[in-house]
Amino acid sequence: MAKGSVNGAQPAPPRRLSWNDPDVRSIVYQAVALILVVAIGWFLVSNTLHNLSIRNISTGFDFLSRESGFAIGESPIAFGPENTYARAILVGLLNTIRVAVVGIVLATILGTIVGIARLSKNWLIAKLSMIYVEVIRNIPLLLQLFFWYAIITESMPGPRQALNLLPGVFVSNRGVKVPAPTDHFAYDLAAFGFLLAIVLIIFVVRFARKRQDATGQAFPVYRTGIALLLGMPVLGWLIGGAPLELDVPKLQGFNFVGGATLTPEFAALLFGLVLYTAGFIAEVVRSGIQAVSYGQWEAASALGLTRSQTLRLIVLPQSLRVIIPPMTSQYLNLTKNSSLAVAIGYPDIVSVANTTLNQTGQAIEGIMIIMAVYLSISLSISLFMNWYNKHIALVER
Amino acid sequence: MTTASESLPPPSISTGPIAWVRERLFSSPLNTVLTVLSVWLILMALPPFIEWALIKSSFTAATSQECRAGGGACWAFIGQKYRLILFGLYPYEEQWRPLIAAILLVAMIVASCMPRFWNVSLPIIWVGGLIVVAILMWGGVFGLRYVENTLWGGLPLTLILATFGIAIAFPFGIVLALGRRSRMPAIKTLCIMYIELIRGVPLISMLFMSSVMLPLFLPEGFSIDKLLRAQIAIILFAAAYIAEVVRGGLQAIPKGQYEGADSLGLSYGQKMRLVILPQALKIVIPPLVNLFIAAFKDTSLVVIIGIYDLMQSAKVSLTDPAWRGFSIEVYIFISIIYFLFCYSMSKYSQNLEKRLATGHKR
Repeated sequence: MAKGSVNGAQPAPPRRLSWNDPDVRSIVYQAVALILVVAIGWFLVSNTLHNLSIRNISTGFDFLSRESGFAIGESPIAFGPENTYARAILVGLLNTIRVAVVGIVLATILGTIVGIARLSKNWLIAKLSMIYVEVIRNIPLLLQLFFWYAIITESMPGPRQALNLLPGVFVSNRGVKVPAPTDHFAYDLAAFGFLLAIVLIIFVVRFARKRQDATGQAFPVYRTGIALLLGMPVLGWLIGGAPLELDVPKLQGFNFVGGATLTPEFAALLFGLVLYTAGFIAEVVRSGIQAVSYGQWEAASALGLTRSQTLRLIVLPQSLRVIIPPMTSQYLNLTKNSSLAVAIGYPDIVSVANTTLNQTGQAIEGIMIIMAVYLSISLSISLFMNWYNKHIALVER
Repeated sequence: MTTASESLPPPSISTGPIAWVRERLFSSPLNTVLTVLSVWLILMALPPFIEWALIKSSFTAATSQECRAGGGACWAFIGQKYRLILFGLYPYEEQWRPLIAAILLVAMIVASCMPRFWNVSLPIIWVGGLIVVAILMWGGVFGLRYVENTLWGGLPLTLILATFGIAIAFPFGIVLALGRRSRMPAIKTLCIMYIELIRGVPLISMLFMSSVMLPLFLPEGFSIDKLLRAQIAIILFAAAYIAEVVRGGLQAIPKGQYEGADSLGLSYGQKMRLVILPQALKIVIPPLVNLFIAAFKDTSLVVIIGIYDLMQSAKVSLTDPAWRGFSIEVYIFISIIYFLFCYSMSKYSQNLEKRLATGHKR
């Protein structure tokens, strides 16, 4: 590289094209690789175009604005056969995001509990969590999904004999029915209160840190935070008039009306994903905690910190650094595994895109949509987790 | 404190079963609560399960009505259907062939797990073994009847998809890993793009792609059958993951090894083949075993594009109108099969990690 620019005393040797020059070789190799890839790509694309023209399939995304003509079992937004394919795909995307977000939150909680339980001094608890982790991790997720789905749809009674676990809660082979609050202005206020609480907490944390830096006095951030998170929504609800009526599900004919539903598909998928991923997260958490050396515990207690302070201030921040990268890949796995929904009929993005490509014949566009969606979800999760990882990383001199 | 004349009580026993119970189950109020809670849980869950699975179950019933009468599990169903579940639609009287093929594949996997075979003989065993498996499955020579691969199924197919997948993806993965570590920007970019693209999408989308897009990619008149298409998808998918694992191994080799090889005047190929890769691959054997477990579990996804693997044959066995509604039994049966394979491999990988961890960890 810097061969030509030696200081002026010696004229640079004239550059000759030689196979022995690593730079020349590297350029040749790269050129060959690029040409190969372009050639293969051109071959595939030209074949595809040819095949498509034979089958009279037009390429492009025009089909997205056409009427879809199929119904989707469950949808967070209104959807009917008269809506477009684009809206159908949006419904699939929202369903994927819904199960992924709920799944990630629940799997993190369950996985952390099981991971800590595996390290418990209590023999029974440690063994039980070990059995859980080993069994769950060594059976394919798809099989577990089929299993849960079969349990829900085959072993549960029909709606007329539904199990009435709590007043208003019915479990049957049509899913779980729960009472839902009726639409009321107060709930919007409560949601607003929740958002406000999050903003306030950010300010409280800043204020607490500043005050501790200046005066050394600690501020009870956690207690304040929890009080705000619980208090603000309740306050909003009270201001809105504290409505108490609930939409309780009732048996009418062969099925329930009213209330909110957890469909068997969603329940089986969520259950399977959470249990499966929690098994992996448990191992991540366990190894993270074990990675913090025991000396840290001893040093903390020598400083007079309580056990919970030690865990919160000394051990967890250090183990988080070990935990975050593998945890990120577990979150990504959960999101990608949610695509197995197609096997049990939950209308996620893969399932909807699959129906779309079967109906329209737009195979390439359908697959491209699926891949683009997962790539962008994966990318955003890993960007966020990388940002978080950098945020908590050890700052060295 | 002031008068120390009174003698202290003897210390509580610190060995023996009572001490063990006190120490491991009831050492604090929280632990006591947890112990009581989990014992209650076990008492709630275990007896009904045992009653269902063993006491009220039927192992010999001839019809489904008879089987259902007991109110417990119907294991007789498995007895009726195990040939279908294990071997799929393979011609009934020829099913010894997939059986031997499956045993051979397992033997090859076991051999690869023994350090004794970690030399030139391993590739030979694999190439030879895979050829024998292919002959057994396809037939058509040595007087064996030709069996189309659309009839293959069950456990041998699951094993084939996983082992061929990993075995063929392995060299690709190494090339991709070397490419990603390369100093040539174009090659490096291509490899990174491939690896990240594949790792960012679920296997299902790859399987869909192979089943609907691959036929479009090929010139007119050419076609590959469904099984091969799924196998290609699994290979392409596994290669990206293997590449990342191997890259980890390459990064763990100290720089001095690279420089030492350079100073001996070795070419890039010699350096990698003789110095770097033997060390790097040794480090990554445990994660590779884990990848194999993942691949073994992931092959179950081919159900979605309609390939007759263990999972699919289990599902098909459920569609017999004479035997309806025994899905839990079948799922438990194949869960046990999957579990035995995966658990033994993961135990092996843990042992290996302990055995190999001597030199590098301080």
